[in-house]
Amino acid sequence: MPEGQFREGIAGGRLSADQYADNFSDLHPPLDHHEALVESDRCYFCYDAPCMNACPTSIDIPLFIRQISTGNPIGSAKTIFDQNILGGMCARVCPTETLCEEVCVREVAEGKPVQIGRLQRYATDVAMGENKQFYPRAEPTGKTIAVVGAGPAGLAAAHRLARHGHDVTILEARAKAGGLNEYGIAAYKSVDDFAQAEVNYVTAIGGIDIQNGKALGRDYQLSDLIRNYDAVFLGMGLGGVNALRADGEEADGVINAVEFIAELRQASDLSGLPVGRRVVVIGGGMTAIDAAVQSKLLGAEEVTICYRRGQEHMNASEFEQDLAAANGVSIRHWLQPKRVIAEGGKVTAVELEYTALNGDRLAGTGETLTLVADQVFKAIGQSFVPVALNGSGASIDLEAGRIKVDAEGRTSLARVWAGGDCIFGGDDLTVSAVAQGRDAAESINRALTSNGRA
Amino acid sequence: MREIKQVKKDWPDRAIVVSLMVPCVEEAWKAILPVVEETEADGIELNFGCPHGMSERGMGAAVGQVPEYIEMVVRWCKQNTRMPVITKLTPNITDVRKPARAAHAGGTDAVSLINTINSITGVDLDSFAPQPTIDGKGSHGGYCGPAVKPIAMNMVAEIARDPETRGLPISGIGGITTWRDAAEFMALGAGNVQVCTAAMTYGFKIVQEMIAGLENWMDEKGHASLNDIVGRATPNVTDWQYLNLNYVAKARIDQDACIKCGRCHIACEDTSHQAITSMVDGVRHFEVIEAECVGCNLCVNVCPVENCITMEPLAAGVMDQRTGRPVSPVYANWTTHPNNPMAKVAAE
Repeated sequence: MPEGQFREGIAGGRLSADQYADNFSDLHPPLDHHEALVESDRCYFCYDAPCMNACPTSIDIPLFIRQISTGNPIGSAKTIFDQNILGGMCARVCPTETLCEEVCVREVAEGKPVQIGRLQRYATDVAMGENKQFYPRAEPTGKTIAVVGAGPAGLAAAHRLARHGHDVTILEARAKAGGLNEYGIAAYKSVDDFAQAEVNYVTAIGGIDIQNGKALGRDYQLSDLIRNYDAVFLGMGLGGVNALRADGEEADGVINAVEFIAELRQASDLSGLPVGRRVVVIGGGMTAIDAAVQSKLLGAEEVTICYRRGQEHMNASEFEQDLAAANGVSIRHWLQPKRVIAEGGKVTAVELEYTALNGDRLAGTGETLTLVADQVFKAIGQSFVPVALNGSGASIDLEAGRIKVDAEGRTSLARVWAGGDCIFGGDDLTVSAVAQGRDAAESINRALTSNGRA
Repeated sequence: MREIKQVKKDWPDRAIVVSLMVPCVEEAWKAILPVVEETEADGIELNFGCPHGMSERGMGAAVGQVPEYIEMVVRWCKQNTRMPVITKLTPNITDVRKPARAAHAGGTDAVSLINTINSITGVDLDSFAPQPTIDGKGSHGGYCGPAVKPIAMNMVAEIARDPETRGLPISGIGGITTWRDAAEFMALGAGNVQVCTAAMTYGFKIVQEMIAGLENWMDEKGHASLNDIVGRATPNVTDWQYLNLNYVAKARIDQDACIKCGRCHIACEDTSHQAITSMVDGVRHFEVIEAECVGCNLCVNVCPVENCITMEPLAAGVMDQRTGRPVSPVYANWTTHPNNPMAKVAAE
């Protein structure tokens, strides 16, 4: 047993090296060839398949599974990439239990859907392992497009634009491309530096120049892009984290969950990553689950998720909730943070108030509960930071705090499109960001080439 | 021969039938029969079906494909042994009744069928040679197992209902893997069945399931002995021209059992009669359009859920929405159908 396992406060080295490695290994290990054949055989090749309709990128799932079963994983991968060039990551991080697999007819029939996500990973792994590139670029059009953000939306847009023969420059604020694929998402869902491998696979098409360390509003303005490029795609995601609005949240040890997750993803030595002995996570979405589970896997003794509404209101899927429970995280409902209690500037406990629904309105009941905590993660949502768009000369219309776009991804500004988490009306999923980036790219292509013809 | 004798000694209450294949000359058969008799085996089976190698040497299927040879060899055997003779037939002919009749004429005590079907099971797409590949080449082999069962059952039924061979004992062979397979063969007229591929695939233990399953089924249905089931389906096998053309059945989809895979719809839509919906009032819903359904059964075959789609006969007098006419209570077949030119000729 490592010495530091029950150390008070926020500390690293709670586990042995083996435990770290074991805890952060692949959540869903890849299917081997035999397993993929057996699983693919379960697909009924449905007509107008529900799984396909549930996929935000509309991947032809029955076809790609059939291609696996007939010994054509490369063709299968192409079927996937035709719709979703980030099909490899989506296979790992999609909440398939609320998308394709939820509506699989075998889920309906037996409660056991075809493992579509793992089959998709199998096929894409084969093709990416061989660095099989399916898409030659069209004749150069001479058009240039700026993409803001190298996340799923930006990469998907860039790839599709490059295919059409346009030259793309991606401006990325962070040191690495990939967006939340690189800096978000639990580590056990994307092992072996897959996010970077995927960026390399996507950009191998050519015509995509990624410039890191270039932040909108800091290093350049939107007006610069509009002036210098034929079109602009905004895919910068959400830069802000919602505040707890609880007294004392500035205490040491109260941390944004997204920052913790990003730090964990970038850590080369997990034992060096400190975590509290008793951790409280405030929130009810995927980020809350990722932060809580990973805290536990880093060796926290006690991890509690507190969510201000009921289980049925949680954004985290049932699968994710079960995953948390299986890892020893307790999830408590109807509790909202009231006060962070600190000693010497460091958090020691969180005082929470019970809540209840009064009609549609959520209100505190007055009853409180105090949980001992030496680390508190804020995971109550992220928000779009429009500040970066300022100084562009023209203002972009927002809706509910995010960028307003039409069905093709066009913003209120001419020659500016947007997609991914920064737009209004999305569902904050990687796969939806890919769909929006891809569709915006098609719209840009149509606009630049008079209906797609250069 | 020594081993056969020993096995018979160890298991005196079990029947042993010795399968024989020797050159097609009387001396060869005369020579082998006493040797077999000496083992105290209970009978012999004349292998007139083997398609591998032996036919080139004038044995196996080379005999089975010539009814005259069958009759001749069977007669030699019957004249030269006290043992019952079972004649094993090859399916690699056009009409299995011809060799069966020949065996019957030669005096055979029974026929067994089918032997294996000439086949190429695969082609190696790297070497472009049939599989299995012998030094770059391949030859047809004998196909067997579950895929041949429908072919075998038809041939069993053809012999069972042929007036010339009616009553001739039949030993059924061809893809029998479960108790149900065995029961089906027997219902079509096989007095017993033989199992090879299933044992090759799973070992002899597979037979336990067949025995237990048959027992259970017979108990459940109150069949006291095999005589209650053997040949019970034979009278219901007829020629197409005698099928009742006034019989109307429609597919019905059990909406509670339906898992909405849509396979019935697309099968019917693309390759049949466009008689199954995929969407009703904007909702994914699969339902038979009675006015289009001809009762072809395709949807039943493609549905992955057992008993979800069934063929429901329409009672006499009920309106058939497809034809707009009530179902006739009268049996009428093709031989008298107005569209049958032969019927007209006969009538004139």
